[in-house]
Amino acid sequence: MMQLASFDFQHNHFQLFGLAQSYQIDTAQLDQQYRALQALVHPDKSAHLPDAEQRLAMQRATLVNEAYQTLRSPLRRARYLLSLHGVDTQEETNTVMPLDFLMAQMEWREAVSEARQARDEAALAQLETRLQRETRELEAQLAVKIDAEKDYAAAAASVRKLRFMEKLAEEIHAAYDAIDN
Amino acid sequence: MALLQISEPGLSTLPHQHRLAVGIDLGTTNSLVATVRNGISVVLNDENGRAMLPSVVRYLADGSVAVGEAAQAMQSEDAANTIVSVKRFMGRGLKDVGEISRLPYRFADAPPTGTGQGSGMLQLRTVAGVKSPVEVSAEILKVLRNRAEAALGGELVGAVITVPAYFDDAQRQATKDAARLAGLNVLRLLNEPTAAAIAYGLDNAAEGIYAVYDLGGGTFDISILRLSRGVFEVLAANGDSALGGDDFDQRIHCWLLEKNHLSALGPQDTRLLLTHARAAKEQLTEHAETRITAALSTGEVIDNVLTRSEFHTLSQNLVQRTLQPLRRALRDAKLEVADIKGVVMVGGATRMPQVQHAVEEFFGQTPLTNLDPDKVVALGAAIQANLLAGNRSGDEWLLLDVIPLSLGIETMGGLAEKIIPRNSTIPTARAQEFTTYKDGQTAMSIHVVQGERELVSDCRSLAKFELRGIPAMVAGAARIRVTFQVDADGLLNVSAREMGSGVEAAIAVKPSYGLSDGEITRMLQESTQHAQDDMHARALREQQTEAGQLLEAVQHALEQDGGLLSQAERTLIETQMGLLRDTLQLADHLAIKRAATALNDATVSFAQARMDKSVAHVLTGKKIAELGEK
Repeated sequence: MMQLASFDFQHNHFQLFGLAQSYQIDTAQLDQQYRALQALVHPDKSAHLPDAEQRLAMQRATLVNEAYQTLRSPLRRARYLLSLHGVDTQEETNTVMPLDFLMAQMEWREAVSEARQARDEAALAQLETRLQRETRELEAQLAVKIDAEKDYAAAAASVRKLRFMEKLAEEIHAAYDAIDN
Repeated sequence: MALLQISEPGLSTLPHQHRLAVGIDLGTTNSLVATVRNGISVVLNDENGRAMLPSVVRYLADGSVAVGEAAQAMQSEDAANTIVSVKRFMGRGLKDVGEISRLPYRFADAPPTGTGQGSGMLQLRTVAGVKSPVEVSAEILKVLRNRAEAALGGELVGAVITVPAYFDDAQRQATKDAARLAGLNVLRLLNEPTAAAIAYGLDNAAEGIYAVYDLGGGTFDISILRLSRGVFEVLAANGDSALGGDDFDQRIHCWLLEKNHLSALGPQDTRLLLTHARAAKEQLTEHAETRITAALSTGEVIDNVLTRSEFHTLSQNLVQRTLQPLRRALRDAKLEVADIKGVVMVGGATRMPQVQHAVEEFFGQTPLTNLDPDKVVALGAAIQANLLAGNRSGDEWLLLDVIPLSLGIETMGGLAEKIIPRNSTIPTARAQEFTTYKDGQTAMSIHVVQGERELVSDCRSLAKFELRGIPAMVAGAARIRVTFQVDADGLLNVSAREMGSGVEAAIAVKPSYGLSDGEITRMLQESTQHAQDDMHARALREQQTEAGQLLEAVQHALEQDGGLLSQAERTLIETQMGLLRDTLQLADHLAIKRAATALNDATVSFAQARMDKSVAHVLTGKKIAELGEK
């Protein structure tokens, strides 16, 4: 059972939830630990205490939310894990991508844009399903590269690819919203 | 108060140590206050047994203010000074409020407030002077606070005030300011659908994913929550903070104008027709048709029959407008309609059959209507207030809510860059680094916006501020870290500091629409000048309550430990008790206080004797060693 006294701002996200530091995690356990931790630190628990306690509670709860969101997302988890290993994923600076990947990206973009123009929700749904499948495959590769092979440079390249996929997912999301308007 | 300080060792706290806290549903049409009594959340009625206070405030020429039914009764006659649905103006500028010409008010230009440079909140010209929506709302809150303090017999520790989940930062800040102005300690701003979910969920021990469809008088919210083992986790919220029952009234109003070839009515007739429109809307919930008759100030008489199906046609696109946020919330939560276990209906406007029908069709299931859609928000807020005040209720539960709209900043080309995405669980913070783009640049302006649109001009401007004193460096060398912190009320605080050279400058920003602390203080002072009577009434009530508690405690002590007293001591105490009882009848709080002090003094030695006795009782049978450990 967790205790407030043992809450440490210096802990990394994995330590915070008592999880082993690896890409593959038990998300059910993470969810459970997250709720248990928030039940301790959430500002609602200290609303009747002095201001200093409330501020501290806000900081603790903010950190717990940030850590949870980071570990819950495969992309953010990988990025964070690599940073713990001292590896920068260079998503903004390193734009060198395999040609076939870039070509595929172009095709994706066009397909999403066409579906958006045609207000074709069924086409968007199909694209979304395909995107999810390919994203899962990339995530599975990441698991091997990080946890088994510990090839962090290769993992960083996969993270950069995943970031492209995430942007695509955001575009599909925006297209749904646009069709709705 | 010697006697009250003694509690029997091992006994639980006295009833009066329960910290008084309330939940307030500050609604567009009606407002309510509720509290947890003996473990059960109850709505507090006024002296006439009415739970709902119409959210109507009337300003009179003599400076007095009428709130509720009395104000509502005059809304047509004195339309320009009688503010209804003020919630729609909270945190809003004139340009945000469409159809100004159709409203019977005289609007005033507002000066920019706070540290921001954005235009301020709109204001209303009344016979009693210019009033901001914050002040108007505060009048409603004051009435509810007085009602609660009278009913509970003491000062409130604090209140949870509910807001539509889709309220942006400016609207939330305005609500909090109104509560402060009403002298309330705000324990939390709570999202209305979340409050309803708490009341429903705890009552029904619900588990699974639920949608709360909340169509109020002026706002629409949809929230999707996961309920599991005492955790209420909001997965997504969406809505329209300018869509509600009022708009259905407007549709009928317009229909009446058209039917009778009317245009440009005065404020009085406008309000009259709106009132009739609302009554017709409510009639059509039960009846297939309704007749609307009204005599205008011009002498013209209106007499029309509106059928339910005509009304449904008139309001069809309003109902449709609620479905778009539903779809978005589901997509944000990555859920399908089939994942939703139950749909909780909240808000008086959900009584309309066409709304229920549309929701049923969308979710493919009958919505849950086994709770009072008018009261459930206040009831849920009271439950949270009780928890936040520190009254342990036994059943532990946790609420994890989200911020409904993305927060971002303006970047080059008038584009908004999102810093905190919508539906992030709060509290949350995000830091972003910026740099100077010119050599020797020593200042940088930051524009904070809220909304989902790409262009800054389509988002709500929350604050603009300038960070000065950046050390002169070559372009790109300065590192300015801007931190966005959203607290558990969903309110934003932005701070910035320059880190490149170790020189730090920090600035806290209040949104453009917020009131500065100085303004709050000024308003508070103004209102207390007019509130001497209130203060007397309040002091009297407090003294009466305390005296009552003291009498009860002394009586209890006499019954239990009267044997510790000599006859003379007992007579003295009983005499003082009698005197105190007599002064309770007088409306003089100072006299009550004097009598209470006298009784208190008369019981000092009795209290000491009881203390000795109870200590002796506790120590009996304990070894010296055990005592030493204490």
